[in-house]
Amino acid sequence: MTDIQRSNWLHIGVVIALACSFFILPEYHSGNLARILVLAVYAMGYNLLFGYTGLLSLGHALFFAAGMYGLGLAMQFFDFNPIAAVIAGLILALVVSICVGFLALRTTGVAFMIVTLMFAQAGYLTILYFGEYTRGDEGFVIQQADRMVGMIDLTSPMGRFFTALLLFAICFFIIAYIVRSGFGLALVAIRENEERATMLGYDVMRLKLQAVVISGVMSGSAGAAYALLFGYAGATFATVQYSIFPLLWVLLGGAGVTIGPLIGTIFMFYLIDYSSAITPAYMLIAGLALVLLTLFAPQGLAGELRRRFLPWLP
Amino acid sequence: MEFGPHLILASLEGAVIAAVLAMTAMGLSIVFGIMRVVNVAHGEFFMLGAVIAWWVAHLLGGHPAVGFIAALVFAPLLVAIIAATADRLVLQRIDYDPDRTIVGTIGLLYIIQQVTLMTFGPEARPVEAPFNQRLAIPWFEFGENGFEIYWPWGLSITSYKLFIIVAAIAILTALWVLMTKTKIGLIMRATQQDSEMARAFGVPVKRVYAWVFGLGAGLAAMGAVLVVPVQQAHYLMGHDPLLLSFIVVIIGGLGSLPGTVIAAVLIGMSDGIISVFFSPTLAKILATLLVAMVLVFRPQGLMGKLRS
Amino acid sequence: MASVMILETKGLSKSFGGLQANTDIDFKLQEGLITALIGPNGAGKTTFVGMLCGRIPATSGQVFFNGENISALPAHQRIRLGIAYTFQITSIFPGLSVAGNVELSLRRAQKLKTKDIGAAVQKVLAQVNLSDRADQVAKDLSYGHQRILEIAMGLAQDPKLFILDEPTQGLSESEVEEFIALIKSLAGDTTILLIEHNMDVVMKSADHIAVLNFGELLAEGTPAEIRENKSVQSAYLGTSEDA
Repeated sequence: MTDIQRSNWLHIGVVIALACSFFILPEYHSGNLARILVLAVYAMGYNLLFGYTGLLSLGHALFFAAGMYGLGLAMQFFDFNPIAAVIAGLILALVVSICVGFLALRTTGVAFMIVTLMFAQAGYLTILYFGEYTRGDEGFVIQQADRMVGMIDLTSPMGRFFTALLLFAICFFIIAYIVRSGFGLALVAIRENEERATMLGYDVMRLKLQAVVISGVMSGSAGAAYALLFGYAGATFATVQYSIFPLLWVLLGGAGVTIGPLIGTIFMFYLIDYSSAITPAYMLIAGLALVLLTLFAPQGLAGELRRRFLPWLP
Repeated sequence: MEFGPHLILASLEGAVIAAVLAMTAMGLSIVFGIMRVVNVAHGEFFMLGAVIAWWVAHLLGGHPAVGFIAALVFAPLLVAIIAATADRLVLQRIDYDPDRTIVGTIGLLYIIQQVTLMTFGPEARPVEAPFNQRLAIPWFEFGENGFEIYWPWGLSITSYKLFIIVAAIAILTALWVLMTKTKIGLIMRATQQDSEMARAFGVPVKRVYAWVFGLGAGLAAMGAVLVVPVQQAHYLMGHDPLLLSFIVVIIGGLGSLPGTVIAAVLIGMSDGIISVFFSPTLAKILATLLVAMVLVFRPQGLMGKLRS
Repeated sequence: MASVMILETKGLSKSFGGLQANTDIDFKLQEGLITALIGPNGAGKTTFVGMLCGRIPATSGQVFFNGENISALPAHQRIRLGIAYTFQITSIFPGLSVAGNVELSLRRAQKLKTKDIGAAVQKVLAQVNLSDRADQVAKDLSYGHQRILEIAMGLAQDPKLFILDEPTQGLSESEVEEFIALIKSLAGDTTILLIEHNMDVVMKSADHIAVLNFGELLAEGTPAEIRENKSVQSAYLGTSEDA
């Protein structure tokens, strides 16, 4: 088997395994898994920028929130149907990511991190400022009756799970395709040595902007799906903490590996799920995980797997 | 109400904010300037300073002044030791790699914050000020009897707040003397210029870095001890100082110490003044966007010089 | 011989702060030849070629490539016109395989079908004797092999103009010989501009030599002419030919 075939089977296998798990797992866990799949989409969007292109953003919550509020507000105030509202969410995420990318990419390194952080902070404050419509930190509920697509009830466990899986599968295959394409290779080239990439004739600025936009829209799609499937939009999802989560998931799972985000999200979700049952200070686990990861496994779980056993992992 | 007296009050409140901010931001700036480290956990060292101040004051009891003075000594010291330990245990091991440092200090942020939540609890707790006289703000008018000074009802500031301003100036002056006139300062500046060269001349660079990291955190803690009698200690209080310090350090020019002070005064004063007259949220939005734009279009800061 | 100029500069200057690195350089590069750019350390050679390919913005002056004024073009667009550049300080993609490095270069420069890329990569690697190291991670290569990989990346671009900044530094004697043979085989189709300290390489390979001293073009000519040139001897050859 060639590496490409292996990686095709891996991606298809993961999706099939996830689909089967719905019928095997107890309801509590399949409910969790639906949530994890949506968050993993967010992490995959983040991974494209951080893991492959080498750009560390501390402001991705802005894109997630753009998708979430694009959908939420469209349904709440303009009575959009779910499909149209998802598109509204994606368009908002697209516009926001173009603007942020265009400005933030003029900086590099630490300045890029801080600029993205600042933009996200401004976004969060904007949501609070328009609290009359967004209901601020409290957030608003998207009515159960509105969350129907044709005959599919997105509030039923099955409708919710397979919608989440559909989105996940689409994004998972998109990422797998990008990573293998010349575009993906060029992004890795930027991560490895930006100046060299320029001197081979790559338009680094343009490639980075494309990466930011794809990453932003994918994160936005996760935000829109989250609001739609779980019926809630709130400013919490725009806080710094939600910018740090995808970084954490990707680092834990393995940056620059296609399955890294999924693995990282599953692990961290359950770590926090279990620890929050014990203590309200559950973010302690996240903090410890970050420090230990930086110290001992900067490649993450899937990264270590690739380094030791499976060098073909895409 | 009249505009004039309010402006005076707002300026004084702004000066208090600026004083504390200058110290906190100075800590961040020193760490960035000398070590090239972006310390995301800086706000948590500020918070720790306030929380430890509460512990010290609480344990000692007696006259508030006793607890306060003890806190002013012990809290920064303890925080500095914690920070230096974190530097040794985490940052040194990853060799200050920029990306990993950011991630590592984000981890530290949550560890410090959550451990505080587990031990200190979610309540906000006050520390009593050592002295706290109300001082009414005078204003003047040209009435029937010509020029008259009077005290508009309800407009006052406390003696303690004025003390914060004086104390911050004193501490920052002491820091300036330390950095420019002493051997310790010389070693730090040498390390900043060229750590390889400093190492070659026998400077224990690793130890210097640990000190610098401790000093930066200690400054934040000291700022927090000063502010805790007017603000109360709470485990989430590190968030705003962190963001504001970032803003100050960026506007002032990354790593430029005089720039940091000027920017702190600018930001602190305008924050105080703006939030008296405008919606604080809108002010924050504009300030954050302004800072982002400064970084995008003038990365050397408003006052910094472009490095060649 | 009708000589065609592939590259020309007019009044090209660069100053860093107050320091004048290149002053008013009028330079012509003849198509199909190997031209060596020599000069003592700090003469401004790297700055000069940096301005040719757009890596370093010029303070003033113009660059023409195939008669077209490219002074305003950013680096990546100049490269796309058919210029390749290898760095003085090795610059490769450290985390990628040797083949991956070459593939990146190929994909940008030549429109190949995905199934043809593998063979094209192998062809380039064979040219520089790196075939057996195709799967090795680039950062694990020896210094000399990294330099050769960088030359291979330039080859893969199939450039019209190939600028090499001290390519033989760090190569073994046999590798230097192979390098000379390689660039001689390229000459004709490809114009080569070579910054080189090793006078042996220069004399063996160059058709034409330009001498840069204190940021100014001191002399130009055939190797024989340069050898005879008194001012060059005093500025450069006299002090370092034996070194």
